[in-house]
Amino acid sequence: MRQTLRLCLAATGIFGWAATASAQQVITFASFGGAYQAAQRKALLDPIQQKLNIVIKEDTLTGLADVRAQVRANAVKWDVADLGGASCARGTVEGLFEPLDYGVIKTDGINPKMVNKDWIGVIYYSTVIAWNTEKFGENGPQTWADVWDVKKFPGTRSFSRGASETMEIALMADGVAPDKLYPLDVDRAMKSLAKIKPNVVAWWASGAQSAQLLKDGEADIVAIWNGRAGAAIKDGAKAATTYNQGILNADCLVIPKGAKNGELAQKVIALMVSPELQADIPKYINYGPINEKAFATGKITPEEAARINSSPTNTARQTVISFDYWTDNLAKLTEKMDAFLQQ
Amino acid sequence: MNVAGLRADAARERAVLAALASPAFLILGGLLFIPAGWLFWLSFYDETGLSLANYRRMVTEPAYLSVFGVTLELSLLVTVLAVCLGYPLAYMIAKLPGRAATICLTLVLVPFWTALLVRTYAWLVLLQRRGILNTLLMKWGLIDQLLALVHNFTGTAIGMLHIMIPFLVLPVYANMRALDHDYMRAAASLGASPASAFWRVYLPLTFPGLAAGTVMVFVICLGFYVTPQFLGGGRVTTVSMKIQQNVTTYVDWGAASALGVVLFVMTAGIFWLASRVLSLRSLTGMQPP
Repeated sequence: MRQTLRLCLAATGIFGWAATASAQQVITFASFGGAYQAAQRKALLDPIQQKLNIVIKEDTLTGLADVRAQVRANAVKWDVADLGGASCARGTVEGLFEPLDYGVIKTDGINPKMVNKDWIGVIYYSTVIAWNTEKFGENGPQTWADVWDVKKFPGTRSFSRGASETMEIALMADGVAPDKLYPLDVDRAMKSLAKIKPNVVAWWASGAQSAQLLKDGEADIVAIWNGRAGAAIKDGAKAATTYNQGILNADCLVIPKGAKNGELAQKVIALMVSPELQADIPKYINYGPINEKAFATGKITPEEAARINSSPTNTARQTVISFDYWTDNLAKLTEKMDAFLQQ
Repeated sequence: MNVAGLRADAARERAVLAALASPAFLILGGLLFIPAGWLFWLSFYDETGLSLANYRRMVTEPAYLSVFGVTLELSLLVTVLAVCLGYPLAYMIAKLPGRAATICLTLVLVPFWTALLVRTYAWLVLLQRRGILNTLLMKWGLIDQLLALVHNFTGTAIGMLHIMIPFLVLPVYANMRALDHDYMRAAASLGASPASAFWRVYLPLTFPGLAAGTVMVFVICLGFYVTPQFLGGGRVTTVSMKIQQNVTTYVDWGAASALGVVLFVMTAGIFWLASRVLSLRSLTGMQPP
């Protein structure tokens, strides 16, 4: 009897071991959910699962606070997390991430500003000028100085109520060259914003609100994320956009400190930023590849490239936001902006 | 039965009541008081440790003073308007015969049951620059320039008022319904004019309901987030919005917690003041026994 029992136990042990050996490795990827994460699933995660023969589970997050909570509580659930660029820069300062292994991750074709010791960009989005075509036709404002020119382009405006990007925009409108923005001349930015304030119908709080303002014709000119503008236009908004003087911003990938599958996560990130997979992102969502080499894979036609915000031609017309600057100044300037808006 | 038996009965009843109330106490204690106490504690911490930095910021940064100012102003305005609109409405419904009263009360309650976001967006559709109201007013020639009815203080107040009216109507209506109308007849038979009977008899008798409704409306207004966020156009920042902003802007919970503490102290103070005023009323005989 005891013999049989022992045999049974041994057998289950062997079977159990065999089962785990044949099962694929599982890692968890967390991102912002919605259409964005669905696009990441199709363009990036599905092909990576096949290539590495692993299973990538998904979770959603709302920002750096989630990663911070897991790392501080020593209960890290995620192996790879997608965050906003400024959050990545902030997390680096706080030491929340594992260093990335650039022996595994190839960075050719990625702007060095988007490559850091423990984070790397994954997609670009842009803040662009959008205008109502019923009001201004196809020849809307082409620079932020035009947006500030209420004689040439009479009508209402809308900008983000957040400090970042709105301050850069105000400075460009006042004549600061896009490559000379940082460190921001805050006083000059506030003065510039004060000039346009009477023409601002609403300071938007979310991407959805900015799209609504454009679509309803509430705001004749909106500083808006290109993805939101694209979706609004597709949805029937009478509007057009230009990449001129746009601000390139990025989402980035990190490995939270203490992630259980750190080594595999490095390989996954390497594939996520590789030109081959990056080239598929614009098929599923209005975001641009972080890796410029994606445009040389032959997967993107020249017509498509003309529309994508991070194609070499469009990148040249825009400027890249400084995450480092905003890491150091976000709190201070948020208070300043808030006081200004309430005046 | 003897005294001992009665006492034992009373003790048993108390024990049963305590047992029945204990789940609610546990939920309140575990899910409200402990986390709130923890946040209170955190408000005295920042990155460097124990400090008053989170409170000092409220004095040194001009944004905070105006946040509290706007929140109070908005709450006060909405409360006054809710009283002006809600009290006559409650009176009308209380005067209606049963069936009509039920229908009217349901109409008051329908928006109460509708999702907050739906109502907020509905106001946007009505009030915005190219919204229904502006379009109609223009068509009828009543205005020659589009009115800025939303994305500002006005729009926020309108949206909040709409949400708060049922909170005033319900307690006032309940009070009015329970009232014995012989008092009014007595006042009239003793020679009081309708106005005098209202001011000296009806209003004092309905004051408890009005006071309860007013305090409730004001205190709820202090905590508004969604309506000013969507209808304020960035020009109206309430304390709740600032709390949310501080959670995302500052690294730790302390900055937001400190605001929560100040809002709580403010609310508690208003409650205390209200209770003082109300008991004064009853002292002066304005409140019915």
